[in-house]
Amino acid sequence: MTDTPEDTRPSDYEELHAISDIPEDYPAPVESEEVLEAAADAATEVGAEEERLYVASQWQLTWWKFRKHRMALVGGAILIVFYLIALFCEFVAPYDPAAFFAQYKLAPPTAIHIVDSEGALRAPFVYGRIRDRDPETLAYIYDDDTSDIHRIKFFVHGTPYKMWGLREMDLHLFGIDAPREEQSILVFGTDRLGRDIFSRLCYGGRISLSIGLVGVSLSLFLGVFLGGVSGYYGGRVDTIIQRVIEFIRTMPSIPLWMALSAALPPDWPVIRVYFGITVILSLIGWTGMARVVRGRFLALREEDFVLAARLCGAGEVRIILRHMVPSFLSYIIASVTLSIPRTILGETGLSFIGLGLRAPAISWGVLLQEAQNVRSLAQAPWVFVPAVAIVLTVFAFNFLGDGLRDAADPYAR
Amino acid sequence: MDDSNLLVEVKDLETYFYLDEGMVRAVDGAQFDIYRGKTLGVVGESGCGKSVTARSIMRIVPKPGRIVGGQILYHRASNGHGEEVLDLASLAAQGDRIRSIRGAEIAMVFQEPMTSLSPVHTIGNQIAEVILLHQGVSKKEARELSIEMLDLVGMPLPSRTIDQYSHELSGGMRQRAMIAMALSCRPSLLVADEPTTALDVTTEAQILTLMRRLQDEMGMAIMYITHNLGVIAQMAEDVVVMYMGEVVEQADVDTIFHDPVHPYTSALLQSIPRLGQKLGEGRRLASIRGMVPDPYALPKGCKFHPRCGAFKAGLCDQIEPEMLEVSPGHRVRCFLDAKLG
Amino acid sequence: MIVYIIKRIGMMIPTLIIISMVSFVIIQLPPGDYLTSYAANLRQEGDMVDTDELEMLAERYGLGQPIYVQYWKWVSGIILRGDWGQSMEWRKPVKDLIWERMALTVFLSLISILVSWFVAIPVGVFSATHQYSMPDYLFSALSFIGAGTPGFMIALVIMWIAMRQFGLNVGGLFSREYMVEPWSLAKFVDLMKHVWMPVVVIALGSTAGSIRTTRANVLDELQRPYVETARAKGLRERKLIWKYPVRVAMNPFFSTVGWTLASLISGQTLVAVVLSLQTTGPMMLRALTSQDMYLAGSFLLLLSTLTVLGTLISDILLAWVDPRIRMGS
Repeated sequence: MTDTPEDTRPSDYEELHAISDIPEDYPAPVESEEVLEAAADAATEVGAEEERLYVASQWQLTWWKFRKHRMALVGGAILIVFYLIALFCEFVAPYDPAAFFAQYKLAPPTAIHIVDSEGALRAPFVYGRIRDRDPETLAYIYDDDTSDIHRIKFFVHGTPYKMWGLREMDLHLFGIDAPREEQSILVFGTDRLGRDIFSRLCYGGRISLSIGLVGVSLSLFLGVFLGGVSGYYGGRVDTIIQRVIEFIRTMPSIPLWMALSAALPPDWPVIRVYFGITVILSLIGWTGMARVVRGRFLALREEDFVLAARLCGAGEVRIILRHMVPSFLSYIIASVTLSIPRTILGETGLSFIGLGLRAPAISWGVLLQEAQNVRSLAQAPWVFVPAVAIVLTVFAFNFLGDGLRDAADPYAR
Repeated sequence: MDDSNLLVEVKDLETYFYLDEGMVRAVDGAQFDIYRGKTLGVVGESGCGKSVTARSIMRIVPKPGRIVGGQILYHRASNGHGEEVLDLASLAAQGDRIRSIRGAEIAMVFQEPMTSLSPVHTIGNQIAEVILLHQGVSKKEARELSIEMLDLVGMPLPSRTIDQYSHELSGGMRQRAMIAMALSCRPSLLVADEPTTALDVTTEAQILTLMRRLQDEMGMAIMYITHNLGVIAQMAEDVVVMYMGEVVEQADVDTIFHDPVHPYTSALLQSIPRLGQKLGEGRRLASIRGMVPDPYALPKGCKFHPRCGAFKAGLCDQIEPEMLEVSPGHRVRCFLDAKLG
Repeated sequence: MIVYIIKRIGMMIPTLIIISMVSFVIIQLPPGDYLTSYAANLRQEGDMVDTDELEMLAERYGLGQPIYVQYWKWVSGIILRGDWGQSMEWRKPVKDLIWERMALTVFLSLISILVSWFVAIPVGVFSATHQYSMPDYLFSALSFIGAGTPGFMIALVIMWIAMRQFGLNVGGLFSREYMVEPWSLAKFVDLMKHVWMPVVVIALGSTAGSIRTTRANVLDELQRPYVETARAKGLRERKLIWKYPVRVAMNPFFSTVGWTLASLISGQTLVAVVLSLQTTGPMMLRALTSQDMYLAGSFLLLLSTLTVLGTLISDILLAWVDPRIRMGS
């Protein structure tokens, strides 16, 4: 559709910025004899360091550079925790996400104490709760019963579940020693129906976080395949694929997503809707990936080492797999990392306005529907916790992606 | 030489760069003089501090570099008679004082004519800007002066070129426009930082002739920075050889070419191919052995000693040689000449 | 230049044709046909089903006939008669519903973009010229947060704060009394009173992005030799920064305004839903959920057309501000 150079597009701006740290305190000029000698010693060490740099593989270089990005490491750590929770949500969540506590509707989060009412230090515990009604508004209010102390225990037996739909189990990461009716450890409170938000968050994470991975894998597959074909062969194939990409990119993404998700039949089972939404989200996502791959392919095709490999008689497949793929893999990984949060946000947004996954499916977007009404939000701010989880995930991915992108080019200074 | 013709005296100039990796002494005690109407050639390998010296005089040293010591005494011609001596190094880099000199009395031509002109402003806009800034003239007069300048530097069709953008001009034409811009306020010193390095040989010759001609017409001094000794021979009256931020040898152009003392100067000279020079069977053109040392870990003693053919153990690698005058106007930073003196 | 513009407009036409086809097909995807749901809808509301009216609609839009006939009737209606079809839910012609919403959407986006530039450019330039200073770190952190947080969440948080602190319900673009009023000066004043909230929310995300872009571009340009040339002329630092590097860095920035505008318009859909604005987003959402196909299809087509137009404007601007492209083509 357009002849605009790619680098003028907002989506490509992201690649322009780079962050590095320059300390404020510069080393002062060295003068004395010993210092000079020390500097000379340091120089030989620098030599050794350089030696190490020359022999290091690209992966090592990338890792060394990545390690310096503290925020990227933090982001990575957060994501590992989130994905572990999502993977083992049956075990981490203390309760069944669909079960409700009739006695705790819109109950605020349970405070976890380590000091009891007499001021004595003890192992983490929660108080039992007493429910009251506000005489004026008739809303429920919850109070701690300081005489009713429940110690938090780890690896307790509680609500039975089927791990990954395979094995009956009832072991949970944590819980308190009380019959179900008196259970009162509600880490993030409950929703209107008295369902434990923490448990729902764990289960919702499984869908929302995996939709990012699955969606991006799909985009990646399409993008790498079509982008690779486009960049490697060029010519007419390239023109056609580029036209298609440009066309898709001229469609406004959010209205398009909305129209397509609205077209999903309402009687589809959850799993089908899940894949439907994933496909819809990847439909636009692959074009960005294809551009990256094509760009790298075009650049690499001209590189001397590719020519050298060709002159040595290496076959096309070998050139692609052995020489070209490794040199742009890191770029792909970085751009994948940056497009996962976009997919997650896509799902969340769609589900939030009721066009994506629908209850009884649990995703972070579905959970956020509770927060759609600002009155209920004002009444029970904790229903907004899923938003915090989403934002944390998005930031973690962005930090990780930024770090990876900078590390992706280990030879750049 | 006659002191009344002194234009700029650079004394013990020290310009350091404070980087993450450490401090780089880009200019480390450089010392030389520039005379009115004369050309001073500054030679040295890449990274020897030539360009930073030039930028120090202009007071446009890029961050994180700054002048930490020394003086740059500029003998400014006053309206009446006599002159005023200003230490440029002590002025605020952004102050009114230096800005009234920069561009007007001391102007600069850069290495890359391709990128040294703004891509989104016309040539005329960029030349007239200097004129408007330093001379109290109207926009119309500035435009006329710009056309005049373009004509002076031999730009074909100056009244058309003035409204063109830099990408519409060839490299040689752009450099002419740069020179027109630099000379538009008739400066007393033109600093030329490798102005012909990016050009092809024919264009280079044209630009050099042009600069020589303009110098004759306008009488400005030129500080000509290059790594090309051939150009030096053609352009300069006096020569300064720099190595690792220091001036290692200084003399008039004939002495440098025919009677060099510093081993580095000799090595530079030997690395130029000469017409008619007979190289013996299997002999190659001489090159200076070794590499430019790591700027973060300079060698002790004479900075050139690891690459020097006449290196004396226990002396050159221990003590840094002083600048000595071997004959009037010929100064060398080397122990070798001790035997001469 | 004119040749270039004509060429670009020519290239736009096939894209628009394909877009209209795709929009139509997508809207046709849900099962069930328009007429049956229309009749059902009428019945549900207790209205008499006027078979004559139904037949007339069927004839007019080619309902029940093959999809290409329907498509042709729809598109030719739009082009020849300005007839965008009939909204089943509102029981009004679509053209009576969409234009005010479209205008409000574009208006809101324009104000937001101006506000975001007004903030982002000075901040971005400051950040770039004071790289690694405390304010630079602060702005970078803020813009990182602003760019990463989806607008609809920011909208929710702001509404929540307004509710909690001031007991205000800040949704909507008009006070209740002006909601259905025809346009007047008083209504416009009322609009201006309400518009700040959505503008803040919508502008926040794009401001954050623009700060990052400005900072990165100016930093890039500051390295270029022409900046040094300008400095060597004796120009004041502030003046030379705004005249040279900022001017060059702003090129891609202003020239992508069409693109940015289009992405703002489609991107603010969720914010509009949360804030219940009288813009395209909420109405399109409602049309989609109630399968009001002509209304939804018209919105999809219009929003896509806006994107294409935005790209066109951007391309022309880019050619206009950048002499290199202007001359090249």
